[in-house]
Amino acid sequence: MTPTYYLLLSALLFSLGAVGVLVRRNAIVVFMCIELMLNAVNLSLVTFARINGGLGGQVMAFFVMVVAAAEVVVGLTIIMAIFKTRRSASVDDSNLLKY
Amino acid sequence: MLDPASGSSDAVAAVSGVGSLAWLLLALPAFGATVLLLGGRRTDKWGHLLGCATVIASFAYGVALFFDTIGQTGERTSELHLFDWVPVNALNVEFGLRLDPLSLTFVLLITGVGSLIHIYSIGYMAHEAGRRKFFAYLNLFVAAMLLLVLGNGFVTLYFGWEGVGLASYLLIGWYQHKPEAASAAKKAFLMNRVGDLGLAIGIFILFKELGTTQYTEVFARVGELSAAEVTAVTLLLLLGACGKSGQFPLQAWLPDAMAGPTPVSALIHAATMVTAGVYLIARANPIYNASADGRLVVMIIGAVTLIIGCIIGCAYDDFKKVLAYSTVSQIGYMILAVGLGPVGYALGIMHLLTHGFFKAGLFLGAGSVMHGMNDEGNIRRMGGLWRKMPITFVTWTLGYLALIGFPFLSGYFSKDAIIAAAFSEPGWRGWVFGGAAALGAAITAFYMTRLLFLVFLGKPRWEDLKSEDGREYHPHESGLTMTVPMILLAVGSVGAGAFLSSGNTLANWLSPSLGALQEQHGVLDHTVVNFLVLGLSALGVLVAWLFFGRRPQPVERPQRVSFVVRAARNDLYGNALNEALFARPGTWLTRALVFVDNKGVDGLVNGSAALLGGSSGRLRRLQTGFVRSYALSMLLGAIFVLGALLMVRFS
Repeated sequence: MTPTYYLLLSALLFSLGAVGVLVRRNAIVVFMCIELMLNAVNLSLVTFARINGGLGGQVMAFFVMVVAAAEVVVGLTIIMAIFKTRRSASVDDSNLLKY
Repeated sequence: MLDPASGSSDAVAAVSGVGSLAWLLLALPAFGATVLLLGGRRTDKWGHLLGCATVIASFAYGVALFFDTIGQTGERTSELHLFDWVPVNALNVEFGLRLDPLSLTFVLLITGVGSLIHIYSIGYMAHEAGRRKFFAYLNLFVAAMLLLVLGNGFVTLYFGWEGVGLASYLLIGWYQHKPEAASAAKKAFLMNRVGDLGLAIGIFILFKELGTTQYTEVFARVGELSAAEVTAVTLLLLLGACGKSGQFPLQAWLPDAMAGPTPVSALIHAATMVTAGVYLIARANPIYNASADGRLVVMIIGAVTLIIGCIIGCAYDDFKKVLAYSTVSQIGYMILAVGLGPVGYALGIMHLLTHGFFKAGLFLGAGSVMHGMNDEGNIRRMGGLWRKMPITFVTWTLGYLALIGFPFLSGYFSKDAIIAAAFSEPGWRGWVFGGAAALGAAITAFYMTRLLFLVFLGKPRWEDLKSEDGREYHPHESGLTMTVPMILLAVGSVGAGAFLSSGNTLANWLSPSLGALQEQHGVLDHTVVNFLVLGLSALGVLVAWLFFGRRPQPVERPQRVSFVVRAARNDLYGNALNEALFARPGTWLTRALVFVDNKGVDGLVNGSAALLGGSSGRLRRLQTGFVRSYALSMLLGAIFVLGALLMVRFS
């Protein structure tokens, strides 16, 4: 097996996620794209761990998953709260905190 | 430690005997002023009596002191150390009194004429509600004036100098409900400030160069000053004298000061305070002796002032203002005399004394006329008053004759002596200054005769007129409190000149203070000058009779007049000159400074703040509130950091 394919896949997933965050308006979709970017990073962490024959990268991937789980809880709660008051899940609508 | 006073008393004897209480001279009027000002309305009933009593007591003590000093032999100069006023490191100002012939002469003039005018004021101010306060201010003036002449140093002189300025301000503005009186008071105060500045800087220079301001030490060490410093000091003291004495170019305040009550005009603005400038120059004679240039400027100022004073005096229709310009011109004579140096100091003081008598008498006469004419001051609305006010007429005419130099009256001795001394200068100076003084005598005779014809002689023009408040004129002779001082001053006007000049009495008496009176012979002999001046004065009287005595005079002031008269009616543009030369450039300067402050300094501060504010306002727009734009900038930032790292890694 060649680690290059894994890394390419990881880069592809990260780019998809980044473009999704930038272009999509629905907060849920943006959220999913962020998860995609996190998992792309996880994939590359695991790949590098495999290349170097260490466990550090894999442990780090678990940490990322834990943090991502916690982040999902907080993030979804915020999205729910905003949706309750503004009847909208578009990230462009919640633009009050500005100049 | 060495007592600083003992150093100065090496040269001058300490006071003993009668003089040891000389501080009473100042303390009595100061006490009167304090009681009257603090006592309030409780003193209304007897305030004027207290005011007179303190000054008369001062006069009596001054006479005693005078005879005591005459009895002494030698220098006749002594100093009374009262206390150390400002003992600060190198500056050691002593508060002391200098009793010498010059200061005692002034003490007698101030308290003597002052007493008469205090008595006169009882009658003149009888109808005024605040008469007590008036006497308080008069007492304050007398105290300050005595301090001015008795102080033994330039700082004590300056204290008195400012004190008389304050009293003058308060008294000019006595009728404070009249705007012209209020503004005249302000004008007098401000123009005096200009002169005071010169005096102050002159004293500063003396202190810087000599380390002392006491007369004895300064005069003993004049030789240590460089020629330029001496000239600077003489010119600065002259500026002070010009301010206080209404000399060119600061003469414009004096005629306006006539807005005050007439006794004030007589005492402060004719007899005493305005002669302080002459006193200053005569007192500082060792400094002036050291600078011929300084004295030349003094002479020029005196000659210019005496001529413009005369010319303007011819054109005014206000009784007191004519007399005021006459005062300006007579003080011009005195300044000219003291500018002549050792040949003139004593002559200047003599004219000052005789002028103190006859000008005070003329002013009191004017006050008496105005008192009887519903406070009317316009001489064109008078005429033929000699029938109604015989005593005023006679006393005023005696003063008038003394002023124009009628033979063997006061002015004849004092003014002609000055003119003769001016002619005794060598070369062109003799012709210029002597000629100006002689011409001044002719014009003086003209305008004073004009006053005489318009006020006392001729047809009564007031019979068909009413005063401004709608009352008819009922001219009447004034009461005893007013006529007695006028009679006494008239006696002085007649006799003082002969008494003071016979055998050089005054000059010999003053010689310890002013040096011996010297004689010199210049372009014209004394006898020639004598006849020349008599002829010119007679010509002035004759011309005045041709213009004003021969035919009836109009009540309205003629409007179609020559250029000269129009210029004279406008004070020879003295006010315009002051405004154009000093006031307006000053205004421009302040406006330019305000502009620089508003636009420059404030612009810099406000501009930098506005720059920061404006640019932050623009930067603020980056905070759009759109989460996705933040995400984009984060991504771009990350890419930038990554790119930078890679470039560092692979370059």
